[in-house]
Amino acid sequence: MHWETAPLLEVEHLTMRFGGLVAVNDVTFGAGRGDITAIIGPNGAGKTTVFNCITGFYKPTSGRMVMSHTGNAISDDVAVLTRSDARYMRRGENALFLLERMPDFEIAAKARVARTFQNIRLFSGMTALENLIVAQHNTLMDASGWTVLGLIGLPRYARAEQAAIERARYWLDLIGLTSRADDSAGSLPYGDQRRLEIARAMCSDPLILCLDEPAAGLNARESGELNKLLKTIQREHGTSILLIEHDMSVVMEISDHVIVLEYGIKISDGTPEYVRNDPKVVAAYLGVEDDEVAAVEKGELP
Amino acid sequence: MAEGTHQPVGILGAARDATKTALLALGLCIPIVLLRAEQDFSNQLMLEPRVELTLTLVAIAFAARFVWLLAMDWYARRPERVARVPIFAGTTVSPEAARRFAIGGLIFLFAYPMLALALVGQAGSIKWIDNFGIQILIYVMLGWGLNIVVGLAGLLDLGYVAFYAVGAYSYALLASNDVVKDFMAELIGPTFWPAWAFWICLPVAGLLAAFWGIILGFPVLRLRGDYLAIVTLAFGEIIRLVLINWVDVTGGYAGISGIPRPSFFGLPFNATDTGFAATFGLEFTPLYRTIFLFYLILMLALLTNIVTIRLRRLPVGRAWEALREDEIACRSLGINTTNTKLTAFAIGAGFGGFAGAFFAARQNFISPESFTFLESAVILAIVVLGGMGSQIGVAIAAIAMIGGTEILRELDWLKHIFGAGFDPTQYRMLLFGLAMVIIMIWRPRGLIANRQPTLFLTSRRAISADLVKEGHG
Repeated sequence: MHWETAPLLEVEHLTMRFGGLVAVNDVTFGAGRGDITAIIGPNGAGKTTVFNCITGFYKPTSGRMVMSHTGNAISDDVAVLTRSDARYMRRGENALFLLERMPDFEIAAKARVARTFQNIRLFSGMTALENLIVAQHNTLMDASGWTVLGLIGLPRYARAEQAAIERARYWLDLIGLTSRADDSAGSLPYGDQRRLEIARAMCSDPLILCLDEPAAGLNARESGELNKLLKTIQREHGTSILLIEHDMSVVMEISDHVIVLEYGIKISDGTPEYVRNDPKVVAAYLGVEDDEVAAVEKGELP
Repeated sequence: MAEGTHQPVGILGAARDATKTALLALGLCIPIVLLRAEQDFSNQLMLEPRVELTLTLVAIAFAARFVWLLAMDWYARRPERVARVPIFAGTTVSPEAARRFAIGGLIFLFAYPMLALALVGQAGSIKWIDNFGIQILIYVMLGWGLNIVVGLAGLLDLGYVAFYAVGAYSYALLASNDVVKDFMAELIGPTFWPAWAFWICLPVAGLLAAFWGIILGFPVLRLRGDYLAIVTLAFGEIIRLVLINWVDVTGGYAGISGIPRPSFFGLPFNATDTGFAATFGLEFTPLYRTIFLFYLILMLALLTNIVTIRLRRLPVGRAWEALREDEIACRSLGINTTNTKLTAFAIGAGFGGFAGAFFAARQNFISPESFTFLESAVILAIVVLGGMGSQIGVAIAAIAMIGGTEILRELDWLKHIFGAGFDPTQYRMLLFGLAMVIIMIWRPRGLIANRQPTLFLTSRRAISADLVKEGHG
């Protein structure tokens, strides 16, 4: 139960309205440190909207999103931060971030939340290697002395760039694309592009990796490789993963924690076992008889 | 159009089709060309029939259509389509060949003034060094500067000439300002400012232009595509209108004259005993200044090029290109797109400012006439024709476009064919437009469309233009 004992990310009463449409309605959940958390739900349930709020691409209508780097946010600290105007605060080892106050690039750079996109957003005219180097922008920018020192050609930047290339090579090896490192990202096959996008997000050194439908459009073999990759990321890098997925085999096989949304409302939250047997989830996914729905809503069935 | 769709028509068919075209041309010419209304001496309207001209136009329409159809027939009937050789495409040029070309080009550029002197003598060479050499290099530099904004960062800037103007006026106003001159005379000595004004004002002009680049950058940060283009266009016009109307400072339409010329690191180019020629024991001639200006702009242009090449390999340059590819992905990776865009505007504008200061120093006189929208359009055309993001492509396009229009001045022999009233320079814009249309059909992404990666693991392979995005604004 990492999401209760050591939540890396806590989303509280998140609501997002687009005009009259309520895309996400008072959703509260936590993502545990080191967990793979899956958000599932039918089309239009508001999964991607939740993602866009977490990563700062939308400003939520209301709600609080706390990112805590050690996974133990002390509620007093959170309260102090919320009352202040600050966007984040550092307390010794820990750092707290109120994501709803931060612009998107800062969420990625400071709060260390990385994401991928439903429709792949690689830099298609740049090589696979360049994609992974761009992801290390902020580290390299510091090493280049905000361009000025790098322009003169100091060895410090050359060393940093070499380190960035080594890091990129590590990820290319891991996703099996080393031989195509110098090909443009746009010319890679679809499955490779998906994995490259995950590797690119990982190169920005995140604590939580948000994957928007990583298995969409993959065949069974590629889907299996993806599961392995995500498990490796979780095991060897300790990176927590938050993913949106339709493919139930992926969800049930790899996730530690599942959250189910329907019409912008959270209808279930727990271990995969628990969610699989939750009648509300079964009803939302498979459809049931009307009287059964009525019975569930009255709370007569377990 | 050319591939696959053409059905051969034969000579008779072509003639029939061409006749139709001729009839259509005739129909169009009757209301537009045939009758010309003119006032005679008593202010009466006279109709002058222009039968000959009308028939000439109709004949041209017939011939053009006929030849076009036959050419298409020939093209369609060729047994085997020869694959087009991508002359400038990076894939067919090995890196060594490109290197050799670049080194050869540099040697030629450094030897150019001497070559001109040797070939056409002292009197004739000023024209070749100034009108061709310096003029083209100014545009090469402007093209390279704009290439940072348009080619690398993918931000369509239609008002680049504004920064050129800021640089030129900064230099002109600072260098010819009496207050500054007196201040410097008191501080250091009376000879200091006249000798060094250019060298001090050049970086100042660049910095001021960069500053205005940021000023422009802020309001347009959120704009993309057409909106960005319109606002940058408006910015260029605003700068020009301010220059026209702020008569007290800029002199309005009259401009600023008597701008100090650059010195040879303190030695003026004049006939005095302390001048450049006397110091080096040479006979005085204005040629020295021209040659010096040539090397000066060559150095400035090369500086632009070297800085751009280095920037591309630094995080900021990669962020520009990433921004052109996908802004949202950039932000998801923690790249501050605001700063990235502003640096692109500022650095691009800074080089425009350098070029402007040089322009003012070379011309000795500037007025708002030199900074019209047409200039922006020409610079943008150079970048687009060259291939966005390609340094060598931009240089080739600048040589072709500016050199091409200058060459038209040399075509006096055409008067023997078309009569004394024919002035080839009047067809400058027509040829200019024609060249652009042809190149855009032939190579829609510019002369050198392929992108060279900035780093590689095993081998550097050019990336096809089809995959490289053009940016959203």
